[in-house]
Amino acid sequence: MADIAFLLLVFFLVTTTMDTDFGLMRKLPPPVPDDVESPPIKERNVFVVLANAQNKLLVEGEPMEISQLKDAAKEFIANPKNDPKLPDKKTVDVPFFGKTDVSKQVISLQNDRGTSYELYIQVQNELARAYNELRNELAREKFGKSFDRLKEDGEDEKVKAIRAIYPQRISEAEPKSVGG
Amino acid sequence: MSKFKKGGADKQPAISTSSLPDIVFMLLFFFMVSTVMREVDLKVEINQPEASEVEKLKQKALVNYVYIGEPVEKERYGTTPRIQLNDAFATPKDIGPYIETRKTEVDEAEIPLLTTSLKVDRDVKMGIVTDVKQELREAQSLKISYSTMEKADVDAF
Repeated sequence: MADIAFLLLVFFLVTTTMDTDFGLMRKLPPPVPDDVESPPIKERNVFVVLANAQNKLLVEGEPMEISQLKDAAKEFIANPKNDPKLPDKKTVDVPFFGKTDVSKQVISLQNDRGTSYELYIQVQNELARAYNELRNELAREKFGKSFDRLKEDGEDEKVKAIRAIYPQRISEAEPKSVGG
Repeated sequence: MSKFKKGGADKQPAISTSSLPDIVFMLLFFFMVSTVMREVDLKVEINQPEASEVEKLKQKALVNYVYIGEPVEKERYGTTPRIQLNDAFATPKDIGPYIETRKTEVDEAEIPLLTTSLKVDRDVKMGIVTDVKQELREAQSLKISYSTMEKADVDAF
């Protein structure tokens, strides 16, 4: 009896891979026909992040280290002081919050064909972190628990309201090849 | 001569093995429940990057895997990063047909839920990844997940 059980045990031990799959979920833009022009977006509403083949970042025309990217993105997204250089806001009626100013931010990420995948993932991660931290702050202030807890507890309406105030808009420009 | 020494009485009794099958069965059930069968034999080396804002992939049956990395057998295939679909090397052109076959395999209602998991080595350049993404866009398979290792968020503490 124990022999058979041991045999099965060894079989499952060998075939097992314990890794559960984690990843950054993203949605690709649908393919665009060539004759369609992109809608105009005001320059102050766009946060441009460029990554080149030397794995250096250029954010809004300034070189930047990856460690500073999250805070820069947070300031851009929230625009707490209504700085005229940062994105303008539109008043929207959001459930639970009433009339709220929602910034019209878009983050544009452009990378070179020679950029390393590791840097690309780091940039994606930092941008996602900026959004998540803002959402967490808002959720704590309003509902007394973090955004992740709201999601876990299945309070979909509140999750939706927070997503409406800080929508994640990361646009990936068509790739360019220079110095790759 | 000691009066208290008892001849041979302190010999250790043999450990009872009667509970051994129970323990083995317990382990067996644990591994049976937690097991995930290996999907494919990897022909490329993949050392995933780390990220903190990760989400768990749900519904494994609806996930397509695309592997990109340097071939394991470097003498035969060189060191240029290659794409692997199922058990064979592929080119970006093969991704469209691969997605189409996957779409026919799943239920029609579940097609929009199909997710492509990109398992890419951290040292690969973005060029090849971009090609794959463009093909996925063409194939209308827009949900993707950049597979990463989980890293603790340093600011959370």
